[in-house]
Amino acid sequence: MSGFVSVLRRELSLSLRGGGEMLTLVLFFVIVGAIVPFAVGPDKVLLAGIAPGIVWIAAFLAMLMGLEKLFGPDRADGTLGLYRLADTPLSAVVAAKVIAHWLTAALPLILASPILALLLSMDLPTFWRTLVSLLIGTPALAGFGALGAALTVATRHGGLIAPILIAPLSMPVLIFGVGAISASGGPGQTGVATLLLAALSLMVVALTPFAAALAIDWGED
Amino acid sequence: MSIDTTPKMSWWNRLAHPGQFVILTKPLILPLTALTALLFAAGLWFAFFNSPADYQMGDTVRIMYVHVPTAWLSQFVYATMAVSAIGSLVWRHPMADVSMKTAAPLGAAFTAMALFTGSLWGRPTWGTFWEWDGRMTSTLVLLFIYLGIVALWRAFDDQLRAARVVAVFTLVGAVNIPIIKFSVDWWSTLHQPASVFRPDGPTMPGSILTPLFVMFFAFTFLFITLQLTAMHTEVRRRRIATLERRAARGETR
Repeated sequence: MSGFVSVLRRELSLSLRGGGEMLTLVLFFVIVGAIVPFAVGPDKVLLAGIAPGIVWIAAFLAMLMGLEKLFGPDRADGTLGLYRLADTPLSAVVAAKVIAHWLTAALPLILASPILALLLSMDLPTFWRTLVSLLIGTPALAGFGALGAALTVATRHGGLIAPILIAPLSMPVLIFGVGAISASGGPGQTGVATLLLAALSLMVVALTPFAAALAIDWGED
Repeated sequence: MSIDTTPKMSWWNRLAHPGQFVILTKPLILPLTALTALLFAAGLWFAFFNSPADYQMGDTVRIMYVHVPTAWLSQFVYATMAVSAIGSLVWRHPMADVSMKTAAPLGAAFTAMALFTGSLWGRPTWGTFWEWDGRMTSTLVLLFIYLGIVALWRAFDDQLRAARVVAVFTLVGAVNIPIIKFSVDWWSTLHQPASVFRPDGPTMPGSILTPLFVMFFAFTFLFITLQLTAMHTEVRRRRIATLERRAARGETR
């Protein structure tokens, strides 16, 4: 347990002192969202309609950005090798990293989402639902992200492959995430989607550390 | 009394040796090819000349004889890959690695073929090449997963290491595919009224069922033949790579 906590603390202090990477990520998230009106036109009704989808896509892309630094630097300086030999199971280390990844790459985005809501002229009830759906759904993205990073950490040029692997797996997260926001499904459907999203998130966060740990362990010699 | 206490190799263990595998399965290739060709000849003859045109869709119904078997294979090949992945992870069976690797591009090809024939069929019957219908969408996602697996294989230099990592992803995908299927179905019924008219169903007459079954077996045997051939090729490719590495190190033997 102490190993788990110290890995978590190490990850958090590394990214907090790492020269404003979190702010850059938030900036990326806001810019991706703000670019959409230039592409589809500043029609407020249209923008409000597709705003939930835009916010989710922006969050999805922003969370892909930080993947390479999840295991890459640790492998380069040998820390990953030590993790494999440590008393703390590798899956616990990965779980700590998933939590740290969510705290540093997802939570800032959720805190910045009011800016996008304002820019995309979301109304207040939709905004609250967006906030809840992001809070529930982004842990699943963090889990899949860790899996993708673990699968590609031993490759020489895995940077582009991780998103390709994760995107199809994350499709249910996007579907239920957006489904939990927009009322187009009729009454009751958003509640169903929220519950399904929560179930998915719990399952992914519970299982991916084991799969990711296997991939890391077997990807090395 | 016999001094030889080494256990006799079972056929399973013998198959684990790549050279033995090639020797044992080599004689199967020719009969399999002949059987596949025969099935295709019969199936295509039934499909083109001995089955009725649909009263609504006309001759376009014949696309089904390619579409349905390839769609079935798109899932069967993934199951093959998942079983190989288990074989690779649990028993470290070397030929399971090879089978997993060679199945991925074949599965991607069959899935792409199912999508392509589906959109060709959709144009005259539904009036559109693409519809975000549940089944089509999950097949598209399956194609993306196949292509991701191919990309992951190619990202590794060491194929033995790649096999274990790909096996993990293949099994994660196998767990995920039902979830994707469910979510996509939920999503497409939410967004789209039931506009997709599927004429097939239990009311298919035997005259259509016969060519469908024959084509079904033809495509399945095509996959088995191609898979075996590709496995032999992969074994040889690895042997060549090993020989080249040895030659580069200056070892003569």
